[in-house]
Amino acid sequence: MSVGSAPSGPGQVVPMPLAGGTQARAGKRLRHHVVTLLVENKAGVLVRVAGLFARRGFNIFSLAVAPTHDPRFSRISIVVDVESAPLQQVVDQLDKLVNVVRITELHPLNAREAELLLVTVAADAVGRAQVIQLAEVFGAKVVDVGAQALTLRLASAPEAVDDFEEVLRPYGILELQRTGRIALPKLGPEA
Amino acid sequence: MELTGAQSLIKSLETEGVEVVFGLPGGAILPVYDPIIDSSIRHILVRHEQGAGHAAEGYAQVTGRPGVAIVTSGPGATNVVTPLANAYMDSTPLVVITGQVATNAIGTDAFQEVDITGITAGVTKHNWLVTDAEDIPRVVAEAFHVATTGRPGPVLIDFPKDVANATATWSPPGPMDLPGYKPVGEPDAAAIEAAAELMLAAERPVLYVGGGVLKANASAALLELAELTGIPVVTTLMARGAFPDRHPRCLGMPGMHGNYTAVTAMQQADLLVALGSRFDDRVTGKVDAFAPRAKVVHVDIDRAEIGKVRRPDVGVVADCRLAIEALIGALRRRAGERAGSLDPARLAPWIGLLDTWRERFPLAYDAAPPPGALDGSPPLKPQYVLETLRDATPPDTILVSGVGQHQMWAAQYWQFDHPRTWVNSGGLGTMGFAVPAALGAKVGRPDRMVWAVDGDGCFQMTAQELVTASSERIPIKIAILNNAYLGMVRQWQHMFYEERYSEVYLSPDLPDYVLWAEAMGCVGLRVTSPEEVLPAIEKANEVDDRPVVIDFRTDSMEQVYPMVASGSSNDDIVVHPSQQGLAR
Ligand SMILES: Cc1ncc(C[n+]2csc(CCOP(=O)(O)OP(=O)(O)O)c2C)c(N)n1
Ligand SMILES: [Mg+2]
Repeated sequence: MSVGSAPSGPGQVVPMPLAGGTQARAGKRLRHHVVTLLVENKAGVLVRVAGLFARRGFNIFSLAVAPTHDPRFSRISIVVDVESAPLQQVVDQLDKLVNVVRITELHPLNAREAELLLVTVAADAVGRAQVIQLAEVFGAKVVDVGAQALTLRLASAPEAVDDFEEVLRPYGILELQRTGRIALPKLGPEA
Repeated sequence: MELTGAQSLIKSLETEGVEVVFGLPGGAILPVYDPIIDSSIRHILVRHEQGAGHAAEGYAQVTGRPGVAIVTSGPGATNVVTPLANAYMDSTPLVVITGQVATNAIGTDAFQEVDITGITAGVTKHNWLVTDAEDIPRVVAEAFHVATTGRPGPVLIDFPKDVANATATWSPPGPMDLPGYKPVGEPDAAAIEAAAELMLAAERPVLYVGGGVLKANASAALLELAELTGIPVVTTLMARGAFPDRHPRCLGMPGMHGNYTAVTAMQQADLLVALGSRFDDRVTGKVDAFAPRAKVVHVDIDRAEIGKVRRPDVGVVADCRLAIEALIGALRRRAGERAGSLDPARLAPWIGLLDTWRERFPLAYDAAPPPGALDGSPPLKPQYVLETLRDATPPDTILVSGVGQHQMWAAQYWQFDHPRTWVNSGGLGTMGFAVPAALGAKVGRPDRMVWAVDGDGCFQMTAQELVTASSERIPIKIAILNNAYLGMVRQWQHMFYEERYSEVYLSPDLPDYVLWAEAMGCVGLRVTSPEEVLPAIEKANEVDDRPVVIDFRTDSMEQVYPMVASGSSNDDIVVHPSQQGLAR
């Protein structure tokens, strides 16, 4: 689309080719983008954002919210399934929300992404050593130990979190929680 | 200045220049109603809060200023949801104030508590819950700012009772705190140049004019653009009056019930210049088949409209008036450099073709029912009533309508030569809009004659506002096109459900509209034959101290033509039976 007058800057999406690679394996996340919203830190803002997605029929794949270093603002990181909606339309509609101050859209190739995982894995006397070894390989921490199970924590790139989940699966995942990804732009040479 | 929160609110409204509010009090909003007694603001007591909302819309549509409604919490608040949704769809600036239970009771299922900011988040541009009386001047200023700038729309302020009763200092609003709100204005110069270039190159161009032109007060600029370029104009349902129907380049209304020439001109165009229009499904028909050979220039103040339905070749995010003026400048410059580039002769073949269609496929109806098809229904045609009304009223009359067949006939048969003379519910299609909207329109423009064309079904939804009109001496005039049916639904059942009429019959005389009108303090008249039409209208035109209702008993069988069936291509437009054999 050539939107001649659309000035680049906040709310303007520069379309970029989508990555295959590691995403392809995850299947469900084949075409995702991370949309990061700087929003006013006011009551009800999350509802407005989530409600807009619901109303317009866009899918949220995951979502993370937290205050920024400036207490007036929060940052919402949303993984958008770009199959469900044209990204530009999602961004343009979000930009109309009065409490949304700035929108950055990050293609996975240009982003440093991270996600946090907590997982409780069955680990009897036999499996325990193997699970701990795997945790070390992935840089995960053991945060709780039970007679028949371990709880592990991993903060890493989402693909690594996916992989970690896969390798633990055969041992028996008893409970698992992921936070949804957060992202910042990659630093260029001039940064 | 020390005031209560309620006084502060009223003072803030006065500061915004509000002259009239439409409303109805109740428990949670009681404190606000006390200072209304001492205020310069006129309060009009409606009989249902939906009426307050639509009246505020009618007021806003004819004046261009925001309409204001005040209602209580709970059911009062939910009763204005329909007008909010209506105003959101039609981009009408509205400020609605709802009472709310005290802040310490919020979330406890208190009496008449509803989460109205939650309920209306999807049908307002923005809404606010005021929790501190000190914030009132700023919140009111922000609300009016958001409602009236950029793409206009409705906003809501939820006002808890304890905040209304608190003492607060009132000071003129300081800077607004809207870091995320940035309405656009000026068009991008490069986009304007690209658009101008396309306009000069086109052989079959059409200016596709929507309601945004009215919102931007761009009618004069549009006239200049059309006359400079000679490009023909279609005006959508929301834009009737934005360009004078009497102008030779005006093709009238496109869309599902648009006329053949307007619809087909868009289909065959090589360039559509969309000005404040949004490629609504009622205009495009089947999107994939809409204007297949046209390049598109799309001007809209709302960036999200650009490319939402149809990908434009040139998108211009700007106020319509500024964009049109910039286009005029760019075209003039080019015409200066390239002599003859705006020569009207360049479009002669296109205009010739349009003229052929206009001559062959004018709006048409059978002057009397075909013999044998009478079935006892009266030989009064709704189109004839509209033509007579049009010709018997001043050209700047404000015409308001409900939703249904009568709305389409009104949009088709009226001659709109002035902006802001047509008030209707376009995007939401809200039955019951006409009576309260006419009331609001007359309050906004007391100098104008205001007629509402309403359906018998619509009238029954909000007729109670005629009591409001009578008691406030607001002399509106209502023409009910009483076809004894939910006519538009009947038409669909006629065309698409093998004439299986399910739950659409209303009866012509239950209720008795004349008696009902009189009971509400109006003059009530009944017209059953063509000879009575003009005398009744003339009589109504002379009444200026109370509302008038005319019950026109019209032909139940009449269908709206032309019609593009929902989901069909505009190429498959169904014209009036008398024209169906004609070469296209
Ligand atoms: C509130 C609401 N309910 C239902 C509809 C669906 N609807 C559209 S037109 C129509 C019939 C309107 O009947 P009437 O007012 O008599 O107008 P007519 O079509 O007969 O001219 C109906 C029921 C609607 N638009 N709005
Ligand atoms: Mg009817």
